[in-house]
Amino acid sequence: MNGGDGGDVAAAPAGPPPPLDWKFSQVFGERTAGEEVQEVDIISAIEFDKSGDHLATGDRGGRVVLFERSDTKENGGSRRDIEKIDYPTSRHPEFRYKTEFQSHEPEFDYLKSLEIEEKINKIRWCQTSNGALFLLSTNDKTIKYWKVQEKKIKKVASMNVDPSKAVGKGNIGSSIVSSSTNSHLANGGCKDKSSTNLINDFKFPAGGIPSLRLPVVTYNETSLVSRCRRVYAHAHDYHINSISNNSDGETFISADDLRINLWNLEISNQSFNIVDVKPVNMEDLTEVITCAEFHPTHCSTLAYSSSKGSIRLVDLRQSALCDKHSKLFVEQEAPGSKSFFTEIIASTSDIKFGRDGRYILSRDYMTLKLWDINMDSGPVSTFQVHEYLRPKLCDLYENDSIFDKFECCLSGDGQRVATGSYSNLFRVFGCGPGSNESTTLEASKNPMRRQVQTPARPSRSLSSITRAVRRGGGESPGVDANGNSLDLTTKLLHLAWHPSENSIACAAANSLYMYYA
Amino acid sequence: MYAFCYLEITMSMVDEPLYPIAVLIDELKNDDIQLRLNSIRKLSTIARALGEERTRKELIPFLSENNDDDDEVLLAMAEELGVFIPYVGGLEHAHVLLPPLETLCTVEETCVRDKAVESLCRIGSQMRENDLVDWFIPLVKRLAAGEWFTARVSACGLFHIAYPSASEILKAELRTIYSQLCQDDMPMVRRSASTNLGKFAATVEKAHLKTDIMQIFEDLTQDDQDSVRLLAVEGCAALGKLLEPQDCIAHILPVIVVFSQDKSWRVRYMVANQLYELCEAVGPEPTKTDLVPAYVRLLRDNEAEVRIAAAGKVTKFSRILSPELAVQHILPCVKELSSDSSQHVRSALASVIMGMAPVLGKDATIEQLLPIFLSLLKDEFPDVRLNIISKLDQVNQVIGIDLLSQSLLPAIVELAEDRHWRVRLAIIEYIPLLASQLGVGFFDDKLGALCMQWLQDKVYSIREAAANNLKRLAEEFGPEWAMQHIVPQVLEMVNNPHYLYRMTILGAISLLAPVMGSEITCSKLLPVVVTLAKDRVANIRFNVAKVLQSFIPIVDQSVIEKTVRPCLVELAEDPDVDVRYFSKQALEAIDQVMMTS
Repeated sequence: MNGGDGGDVAAAPAGPPPPLDWKFSQVFGERTAGEEVQEVDIISAIEFDKSGDHLATGDRGGRVVLFERSDTKENGGSRRDIEKIDYPTSRHPEFRYKTEFQSHEPEFDYLKSLEIEEKINKIRWCQTSNGALFLLSTNDKTIKYWKVQEKKIKKVASMNVDPSKAVGKGNIGSSIVSSSTNSHLANGGCKDKSSTNLINDFKFPAGGIPSLRLPVVTYNETSLVSRCRRVYAHAHDYHINSISNNSDGETFISADDLRINLWNLEISNQSFNIVDVKPVNMEDLTEVITCAEFHPTHCSTLAYSSSKGSIRLVDLRQSALCDKHSKLFVEQEAPGSKSFFTEIIASTSDIKFGRDGRYILSRDYMTLKLWDINMDSGPVSTFQVHEYLRPKLCDLYENDSIFDKFECCLSGDGQRVATGSYSNLFRVFGCGPGSNESTTLEASKNPMRRQVQTPARPSRSLSSITRAVRRGGGESPGVDANGNSLDLTTKLLHLAWHPSENSIACAAANSLYMYYA
Repeated sequence: MYAFCYLEITMSMVDEPLYPIAVLIDELKNDDIQLRLNSIRKLSTIARALGEERTRKELIPFLSENNDDDDEVLLAMAEELGVFIPYVGGLEHAHVLLPPLETLCTVEETCVRDKAVESLCRIGSQMRENDLVDWFIPLVKRLAAGEWFTARVSACGLFHIAYPSASEILKAELRTIYSQLCQDDMPMVRRSASTNLGKFAATVEKAHLKTDIMQIFEDLTQDDQDSVRLLAVEGCAALGKLLEPQDCIAHILPVIVVFSQDKSWRVRYMVANQLYELCEAVGPEPTKTDLVPAYVRLLRDNEAEVRIAAAGKVTKFSRILSPELAVQHILPCVKELSSDSSQHVRSALASVIMGMAPVLGKDATIEQLLPIFLSLLKDEFPDVRLNIISKLDQVNQVIGIDLLSQSLLPAIVELAEDRHWRVRLAIIEYIPLLASQLGVGFFDDKLGALCMQWLQDKVYSIREAAANNLKRLAEEFGPEWAMQHIVPQVLEMVNNPHYLYRMTILGAISLLAPVMGSEITCSKLLPVVVTLAKDRVANIRFNVAKVLQSFIPIVDQSVIEKTVRPCLVELAEDPDVDVRYFSKQALEAIDQVMMTS
């Protein structure tokens, strides 16, 4: 947004950018009418990589599916291109299925008699290198580091001892291999000894032995291979809700309800506990960690949100144990507005740093809030996501929907924010100065079907903000924009904004919908 | 296995003696990773079989092309290639080894890259100057311009080999490239450049050191990534040693002082850890004027981790100061640290504080250090007390045993009964040292009973250590003393109703016997062992057989014939198979001794 700020100044006289006209782009895993959704197929995490060339989704079945961008020119370009890409293409991003792998399996913790679901809670992309993709995926307990790489399938052609020549003896070649393996393993190097002795006894002629040949290997085709490189386990007593990479490229954090741990990517057997909010007496517990994220560029800054709706900024330089925050962002609640649900709906379900790290976007049950990390008196803007649900909080509490954890995302230029709602709807708000953009889209092939009239909103500039103003308050009351009945079962929890283009990927149950503008 | 394969060998036209090597070569491409690994580990054998020329022309290119393997295999390959010069025809052909290692320098697994860099350095340091210019320097430049950060990370570790043989123009180019690496946009590359800066700087001419290298260094010390800055701390020590003293004071000292007040505790931690090396680099005078205040700040740092690192260096640092300065500046901090809120700080302090005694001298020690020392001995955490006790010899020399024993004993007794068996184990291991320090008289009164008590500990490791401890005490104080203070007490316990304790005694007896000598063994120990041969538990009986076997070299032949053999013969008829087995072994051992003598 820093870069964007500069742009804003120039563009300021022209007013806010026009609202985006969202169009359907693609859908993966679309359901046919009447088809039942398999629980395991429901998408539980979405993440674009830094370049926006790849998209990963995780599902409740523990699978990670990768998509790659198909509309750009061959990305055989240099690393630097791939690292900080800014495609000046006129076309919108299109993706194609790349590969998938089973990241997590259901497990059972015998000590605690707990089932550990395979559901992928979060995916984070790591630094690409050597043309291979790297990502972290986590379920409730275990984080895994994956490498996805194109591998050439080798075919060994010529050998000294040709197995196929042993006609009539079955496959002697392989039986040699297996027998020698056995002796090797069982007797701890017994085979080695015998062959070494033979070799040592043998005098090699000066020019070598001409009859020996090296195997000839031919490569015909390639295939994508996903390998789990590291497993970071046994560090969390509670359920992991987030993982986040540090800008230093060597560390990442994982957060559960009460603790945040710091890991080195290369070391899987130890981590450091940097935040611990567990009270001595668990009965005193009033607040849990709901989400944690590293600052995109400052290696020592991280933010975490809590179930009380606060966001804490932590400076890792200050001390090894960062139980003391360096900044606290919390909105003072309006007096008199307190109800039974106030605390529940205040819980922050997701936070995201903007790309330049100046702003933090947070989502609680009813609103989306944008915070300036230089202003801890309150959010810069608040967007009402589904204000029409407010009278229904009691019902939502009854059926537990009130505890749904919606994610949020910012556009690459920091000018817009988005988050999901019920009935497979998601909303996009303009947060740039003067913008009153507010769009409701449906995750379907016709996103504008339920378009809500954008309400008027006081326009003002971000740079002159001294106090927070509520926005989007003029939303149409009633059940739903189109009078359709509210569907609490179809909730759009997960969505992600492409890092450099106006493109949103969102999950509706088992389907991945992509939109562009 | 070889007979089985014979038919096939003849069929595939490989001579029989060549069969193993043929298989070895084929297995370079086997599907089983263990076999591939095995072949790579024997790469030198394969090379000898192929001969130098074919190794150069076929094997090495083959390895260069087939680097799409598992990390373990690549790691092994990187290691083997580092010592491969003899197999490719000596130094003049050393350069053929560079291409496969160059590709290994770009893989994403750090340990493989590190090994490849290490091997390249090893080869490069042997290569002829011309070859370095023709082959090695271009390789470094290629890696430094690598597309992926992995190559650039590896490049940083090769400059110190490439630089010395380069021409002036090339040298200037290499310096420029290195400074670019220090500004790379990937922090991984900057970290590697920071780590390797000292090595590279050591090869750079003095004139450029002061200009180019110091500029690079300065940039690194201001990097916004903590992980880069903290590596630059090590650079301070390395560069400081290369610079003239006045340059060091002008350029390095201010950096150290700034680092010691860095915002990031990890950087300060590094300073605390490296402080001694840093002092060495800047020399004694600046140490006194600038680094003492810095060190005092670190000792009082807000962050416990920093204090731990600083506390661990108290002695080393005090040694380079005068006693007055140490008393004036360091000792007050030490006093504070001894009651630090973090047990780890106190523990770190406890492990080194005794070393300060010789620095301060006797008076200052008794007056100032002893109270600290005593309060640490009473610390509520066993680690702290243990650390003090383990450095006991140093204390004794300075303050004398009487003063020591008064305060020491309660601590020892308490630790000897600690809830954690590892603590008990640690204290047992110090007992012989203690015994030698305290002397016989003191030991008898206070510690003798403890040593016996441990023989009946609930934990096997403690009982085992206790038995071993008795042996070492007997060695320390001699057989006569042991005859009075150990043997009777031990033998008393042989009737313990629990067989595991009887087993401990048996173990103790077998350990004590060699120390006690033939006479005591025959008169005191042997009868007890023979009685145990009638024990109702088979485990005891076969251990008796083992102990008797261990007695063979100790006791006289007449005793063996009169007592040991009959006992073993009887055991050889035991209903239990293990007892029979071990008694037969013992009997065989007797027979063998008889035959040789």
